[in-house]
Amino acid sequence: MTLDAKVPEGPLADKWSKHKFNLKLVNPANKRKYDIIVVGTGLAGASAAASLAELGYNVKAFCFQDSPRRAHSIAAQGGINAAKNYRNDGDSVYRLFYDTIKGGDYRAREGNVYRLAENSVHIIDQCVAQGVPFAREYGGMLDNRSFGGAQVSRTFYARGQTGQQLLLGAYSALNRQIHEGKVKMYTRTEMLDVVVVDGKAQGIITRNLKTGEIDTHTGHAVLLCTGGYGNVFYLSTNAIGSNVTAAWRAHKRGAYFANPCYTQIHPTCIPVTGTHQSKLTLMSESLRNDGRVWAPKTVETAEKLRKGQLKASDIKEEDRDYFLERKYPAFGNLVPRDVASRNAKEMADEHRGVGASGFAVFLDFADAIKRLGEETVRAKYGNLFDMYIQITDENPYKQPMRIYPAVHYTMGGLWVDYNLQTTIPGLYCLGEANFSDHGANRLGASALMQGLSDGYFVIPYTLGDYLATIGPKPIDASHPAFAKTKEDTIAHINKLLALKGNKTVVEYHRELGHIMWEYCGMARTAEGLTKAKGMIAELKADFWKNAIVTGENEEINAALERAGRVADFIELGELMVDDALMRAESCGGHFRLESQTPEGEALRDDENFAFVAAWEFMGENQPERLNKEELVFENVKLTQRSYK
Amino acid sequence: MDNANMKLTLKVWRQKNAQTPGKFETYKAEAISPDMSFLEMLDVVNESLTVAGQEPIHFDHDCREGICGMCSLYINGRPHGPKRAITTCQLHMRSFEDGQTITIEPWRAAPFPVLKDLAVDRSAFDRIQQAGGYISVNTGGVPDANEIAIPKVIADEAFNSATCIGCGACVAACKNASAMLFVSAKITQLGLLPQGQPERYRRAQTMVAQMDEEGFGNCTNTGACEAECPKEITLTNIATMNNDYFSAKLFRQEEVHEVQHGE
Repeated sequence: MTLDAKVPEGPLADKWSKHKFNLKLVNPANKRKYDIIVVGTGLAGASAAASLAELGYNVKAFCFQDSPRRAHSIAAQGGINAAKNYRNDGDSVYRLFYDTIKGGDYRAREGNVYRLAENSVHIIDQCVAQGVPFAREYGGMLDNRSFGGAQVSRTFYARGQTGQQLLLGAYSALNRQIHEGKVKMYTRTEMLDVVVVDGKAQGIITRNLKTGEIDTHTGHAVLLCTGGYGNVFYLSTNAIGSNVTAAWRAHKRGAYFANPCYTQIHPTCIPVTGTHQSKLTLMSESLRNDGRVWAPKTVETAEKLRKGQLKASDIKEEDRDYFLERKYPAFGNLVPRDVASRNAKEMADEHRGVGASGFAVFLDFADAIKRLGEETVRAKYGNLFDMYIQITDENPYKQPMRIYPAVHYTMGGLWVDYNLQTTIPGLYCLGEANFSDHGANRLGASALMQGLSDGYFVIPYTLGDYLATIGPKPIDASHPAFAKTKEDTIAHINKLLALKGNKTVVEYHRELGHIMWEYCGMARTAEGLTKAKGMIAELKADFWKNAIVTGENEEINAALERAGRVADFIELGELMVDDALMRAESCGGHFRLESQTPEGEALRDDENFAFVAAWEFMGENQPERLNKEELVFENVKLTQRSYK
Repeated sequence: MDNANMKLTLKVWRQKNAQTPGKFETYKAEAISPDMSFLEMLDVVNESLTVAGQEPIHFDHDCREGICGMCSLYINGRPHGPKRAITTCQLHMRSFEDGQTITIEPWRAAPFPVLKDLAVDRSAFDRIQQAGGYISVNTGGVPDANEIAIPKVIADEAFNSATCIGCGACVAACKNASAMLFVSAKITQLGLLPQGQPERYRRAQTMVAQMDEEGFGNCTNTGACEAECPKEITLTNIATMNNDYFSAKLFRQEEVHEVQHGE
């Protein structure tokens, strides 16, 4: 199958408006004859469901949480970018586009990224109109801050809870449509498969998480807005429930999975303290506006810090290495996430890391407190500092924070074309669950932007084109594909429930996470990845023999839910390793030790790898087939990324 | 690295489902580290229950960073446990003594029926929001964001109300199971902002009506909700809500705006 990205011809700045004009429309009177299924109600899902319902479509929305307001978008802290240039500091749609393409290490589509930058300005307007309380200046105008990878101040924020406020905005728009009767909301409901009829997506199979009931839902189109798969690493900044199941089952029904090995490692997380840990907590990237990152200059000093013989405040200025400021003077502490992460790891590798484990560096606010006063720092970052105190029992107003990189956001996901349609017609994928806009690395404050751009401003246009083509004829639920897919789902659940071994599902998840972090994390080698492949295969075989799944289907059963998700993560892990092994270049946060510049920076190989790797499922336990979408760059010149 | 030597006794509410009566069961929690969060401590207990062939304790949780509002444990008689202004997932075992007995229950309120063990159904909250907790604006066709100037103090105040995570601790803390802190937070957020003005009084009426219909009780001004709110939403929100609600009731619709915004 040739992958047609359907990016419109013509000048970059005209592509989207021209495309919108060329898309077919659905007559307003016919819109109510279409049923649309939206799975997931985070930023992408809630905004899409609300916008489509406003247009007149009947929407059925699904989430596994008890309320759409709990989607993990709620946890995003720092902010959302928009090329408003309210600051008059030289920002523009083109500059946001350029920063994003470069930040993504030239592994994203020009057309998609430009559209994202274009839509960014409308997103801010939309959210303000909904009553999202963004930070304001005394004159009543919107405030901004800067984020990693950018030299302009374009990030709009609501204290350290921007994701929460944006999600509550989208949730309120969704609620309005639920009230109007245009959205039927299914909470505590998990999608377990997609129904494909004559090559088109026409429904889904769900499990009611309260009763275990397996239901069939029909729709003229299915939108997956199910977030990222960072929990394949076990420890990540994702919510515990975040999973890949919906996307993975769709993959097994024919949707290609693109760039699965692209995982963003976020540089400023609270470090791991013990094996009991269930998740990692992020400290917003905005902290790097005022916090200075450093490690001790010598291994001896680091050792004393690790043993508790010295405190950070005991270390003299000349014995500190502000390594980001030293190596990247132009961007300093605001280098992009992959650069900051890699350098922190380097410190740990050189045994200059701090904290009991040695896997941490300092993020120091002493200078900022001296310069601005503690009150100002508290006003800017207070809630983040409080969270740090809760978790670590240390006071960052007195001692620097300890931070270390952690798995945060996945840039891989289901392959979609410019219309956000997967390789299964009628199946769309939005937000973090798709692969499209970030390339090999995601700059700060761009995740919220993509979720809302897709949901509010892309899918309402592009979906109509498909719906107009298929026509408003009702979907026939009696087609055998519905019964067959339902049977398959029940068989899979029964297989899981029959696992009465001696090892808990959580243990398998933890082991998978170790393998993934060790061999498919921040630094990779062909040798390590080959080893990981074998280890995951063993783990998988063991899982299906020795895992324990308690309880039954016809009740609330968290063990069963988790087991299904972990089984899918194991399969995804295999594909991620294959993808990473194939990509013998360094790009973004994906550092292949075999591919680096003489200075130790990530070295891309544009000649051989300027493509999207879209994997095609070929059957259980079969190697997947690699399809390539060559990336075409007409507007930017591919250069070595440098932040020096 | 782990300093996992705390031992605790847990008295946990176990209830198979909404139809079956529940009761307390006693469990031992061993090898607990003071660095664990309360939920991670329950994870450890659940792992050992699972290996022993028993059913793990069910509780709601997700983000584990204090923001999703899903965790809902009543610990030693207090929503989210003994510490101020945090959710259960941010409560760490260093807040407890070695050897302590801890009682864990679900939220207790008629509009929040128990689903299983420690998880309750809070969909009543969603229905209240659906009754009017929004600004009626369609996607697209909105003015430039900076065309609506909002004084910083107003934006900050609206934000303070907007931080509500909908966990339900306010209801659980209240002897009347009143949802007024939750409802008033949204009414106040949107009522403060210029964008929220057109529907301000209608919103107060529809949301309060739905709150009553769901069976939540009335406010007694005891302030337990404020004291237990993980996001420190204040009682002044309730005052604002009452103000808007009674204005809407006492005056004819067209007079309401004049009274509020005139002299």
